[in-house]
Amino acid sequence: MGVAFDSIGFKASLCDGCGDCMTACSKAKGGASRISIVPGAKAGTFETAICRQCGDPKCVQVCPSGALDKDNGNGIIGWDASKCVDCLLCTAGCAYGGIAVDETVARVAKCDQCDGDPACVKVCPTGALEFRKAGTIFNEYGGKEDLFVPGLSGCQGCNSELIMRHAMRKIGRNSVLATPPGCIPGMGSVGYNGKTGTKVPVFHPLLTNTASMLSGIRRYYDRIGRKDIVVMALAGDGGTSDCGFHAVSGAAERGEKVLYVCVDNEGYMNTGMQRSGTTPYGSWTSTTPVGEHMKGKTQDAKNLPLIMTAHKCRYVATASTGYMEDLYEKLDRAIEASFEGFSYLHIYSPCPTGWRIPASKVIEACRMSVDSNFNPLWEYTNTRGLRFTHSPDNAYPITEYVKMIGKYRHLSPDQLAHIQAKVDEQVALLKLMAAESPPPQAAHRAPAGSSTPAGAESSQPARREIARN
Amino acid sequence: MPEAKYLLVGSSHAALEALRAIRLVDPDGSMAMLTKDERLPYSPTILPYVVSGRSGPDKVLLRDPAFFAANACTYVPNAQAVSLDAKARAVTLANGEVWRYQSLLVASGAQPAIPPVKGLDGVTYHVLRTLADAEGLRAAMGAAKSAVVLGAGLVGLHAAENLAEAGLKVSVVEMQDHVLPGYFDAKASTRIEEAFTKHGVDLKLRRKVVEVSGPAARVTLDDGNVLEADLLLVATGVRPVTDWLEGSGVAVDKGVVVDEAMRTNIDGVWAAGDVAQATDFASGKPALIGIIPTAVEQGKIAGQGMAGDSYRKDYAGGLPVNTYRFFGRVALSIGRAAATEGVEAVETDSGAYRRLVLEGNRLVGYASVDEPFDVGIMGELIRRRIDLTECKDAFLAWPVETGRRLMSEQWR
Ligand SMILES: Cc1cc2nc3c(=O)[nH]c(=O)nc-3n(C[C@H](O)[C@H](O)[C@H](O)COP(=O)(O)OP(=O)(O)OC[C@H]3O[C@@H](n4cnc5c(N)ncnc54)[C@H](O)[C@@H]3O)c2cc1C
Repeated sequence: MGVAFDSIGFKASLCDGCGDCMTACSKAKGGASRISIVPGAKAGTFETAICRQCGDPKCVQVCPSGALDKDNGNGIIGWDASKCVDCLLCTAGCAYGGIAVDETVARVAKCDQCDGDPACVKVCPTGALEFRKAGTIFNEYGGKEDLFVPGLSGCQGCNSELIMRHAMRKIGRNSVLATPPGCIPGMGSVGYNGKTGTKVPVFHPLLTNTASMLSGIRRYYDRIGRKDIVVMALAGDGGTSDCGFHAVSGAAERGEKVLYVCVDNEGYMNTGMQRSGTTPYGSWTSTTPVGEHMKGKTQDAKNLPLIMTAHKCRYVATASTGYMEDLYEKLDRAIEASFEGFSYLHIYSPCPTGWRIPASKVIEACRMSVDSNFNPLWEYTNTRGLRFTHSPDNAYPITEYVKMIGKYRHLSPDQLAHIQAKVDEQVALLKLMAAESPPPQAAHRAPAGSSTPAGAESSQPARREIARN
Repeated sequence: MPEAKYLLVGSSHAALEALRAIRLVDPDGSMAMLTKDERLPYSPTILPYVVSGRSGPDKVLLRDPAFFAANACTYVPNAQAVSLDAKARAVTLANGEVWRYQSLLVASGAQPAIPPVKGLDGVTYHVLRTLADAEGLRAAMGAAKSAVVLGAGLVGLHAAENLAEAGLKVSVVEMQDHVLPGYFDAKASTRIEEAFTKHGVDLKLRRKVVEVSGPAARVTLDDGNVLEADLLLVATGVRPVTDWLEGSGVAVDKGVVVDEAMRTNIDGVWAAGDVAQATDFASGKPALIGIIPTAVEQGKIAGQGMAGDSYRKDYAGGLPVNTYRFFGRVALSIGRAAATEGVEAVETDSGAYRRLVLEGNRLVGYASVDEPFDVGIMGELIRRRIDLTECKDAFLAWPVETGRRLMSEQWR
């Protein structure tokens, strides 16, 4: 297995050009900043120049002194000051201004990601800079056994399959799994022709009794002294919020030591895309059609994870494959909590087939659903209450999200306004509930363009004095 | 008879990039790298720094034996190719050994071009192309008090600076009007010339050497002046190392003639780097552009072709690039930075010097003295022929920031 690397991500739409990253970098490195923020094409927008730690680094290839080298362990292109003869050929190799002259010392300088804890990211007040740890996740889990067989028959681009495979890789073999009717067993995890599709014991309970059945399994394992087994469900939203709800609610109320993962694709997707209790307002489904009179679902979705917090579960959280680091951390805590009491994880899962999204855009839709507050990310424990794990501030308007998805194509301005109002209302409520918790990192300021920052009409570089050249 | 699926002749930038490109697609195919040199790979570009003592023979090596082991490549030093039998697919070495191959890369680079000056072959003179040359020059420099350098190109100027900094009295003789011709326009060159003069280097521009005589060096110029020195360095340009290809059928013009895939006219034979005559980006015409960036690019393309990599792209033509340090200062140039005809040149000549050369609102060249810029970014703007009409004012006023912006946008 190869190795993957963490990287510094830049989201231009969130950058307000404050330059804090550059100040922090030059302080940390004792010289010119290794990241530079420059004015964008439109007033008030910004772009960046920073080393991208290329996989095929031209700076290294043209270096005549062997001073530059890509470290295949951490992906960083390192610069050896003692070997460098200051010829500057590397600056001719780089197409991004990622290695440039630090005029304070007349030598080149480049980003080394501060040993995995970049100073620039830490001070970014808008969340425009992010240190993406997907590489670490891959290195840690990529080599672990995939607990589903290859060739599950999910649709192309299926996000639920991604969730299943990631979750079980993380949870491991020491588990017993229930997958009630839905896409998850439907694509073959429970098997075909008497052969299982899952490498741990897997049950296919009724839509209605999953949590009850798991309660029994848990109690049995407890009795025989196997308290180390994760007893869990990978269930759809229908089997959780509608037909199976009484069982889920009962198990939660009794405090059964179960990990219940709800994979929410907002409807009964495997049986022909019927609406469920979590189908959002305005969605097209086969039972909420769009025609002359009907314009999709006329009721709002119920907020199932919020309902679960009212059961005083040990752990409740929402998650998305758009934010894998967050998902993995929550899986950790959810597994832990499931040995103590009921643990509930709600993972949003855009469905390319049922929602009409190109397979290649599913992860983008996941990210946008979070970034627009359509699906805010938070977690709850029965002792510490609710806390956002991703800032709900600086959200994109809801239109940015719905325009990516075919099932909303017909929405009228009124319907859009309704959705935006409901999203705002829900975030406001969550904020009230989270009022006592520490805020998540970053994103406390208005993003560029949302209001006009002072001097936005000038096209002059904001900070020529700390731009490196 | 030793043989290799991939035989690379030369151990410098072009050959090393070919090795890398080949191994990306073919991890196992047998490979050997033959080189005339006795050392592990190093770059000729580092040599001025060996002469000055800034670097050293032990610090300059670009790869170690472990690299060649890991890449399953046999490294053969002291292996000078003397002839090629293209039909038999065999290369003969000076020691008589014959290597057979399936695919051959000619990456034997360039060597100093020695001008036909009367008396030159009768005296001891230095050149600077190999580590041995650099060590020889460094040793000779210690004992010498004065030096004459023939040629004010990159090599000559680097060496002249080394010699002057070591305390020698240095004269540089150059036929052209200015130093570093081609890379810089007269204004930029003048700044560089002034620095040399300030450091005591006597620049004899527009002068030719008519005769050289011993014992050390008595150099007679075309104006009748005579320069006396303990040390003579010839740096009047380079010429591709193609002697060993004579009679092989491989077409050689000024260098080995290659197509856009770095193939020679002979099946199974590629060429890359200083030895190859590829095309110039601006004119599309055949050109020798003997610099590392072109050697690296060509080596990669050749390697991809040799290994049958389907992602190979045609060579788009070489772009002259020069990142030049002199007495701690910086002079940079890329593309047609000295062009005057049919182009729009925007110069800034107070404080630092900057010269932007545009054609139809597209950047075609950029040079500066004392003001660093992102050479690679400007190279991309030139290569991609980015239309700057929309942001021309900003670009002319703040080329660095605007360039960074444009590439940042391209990246997403
Ligand atoms: C002093 C100096 C300063 C320079 N400064 C710069 C600079 O600032 N920027 C820049 O871009 N470029 C610079 N260059 C040019 C740059 O070094 C060359 O363009 C580059 O090294 C070309 O690489 P190459 O692989 O084509 O060939 P070379 O580097 O010339 O290597 C040729 C290789 O072939 C081997 N060889 C030769 N003949 C034979 C044979 N018959 N059999 C077997 N092996 C053989 C040699 O041993 C060597 O390993 C400079 C060069 C010099 C000398």
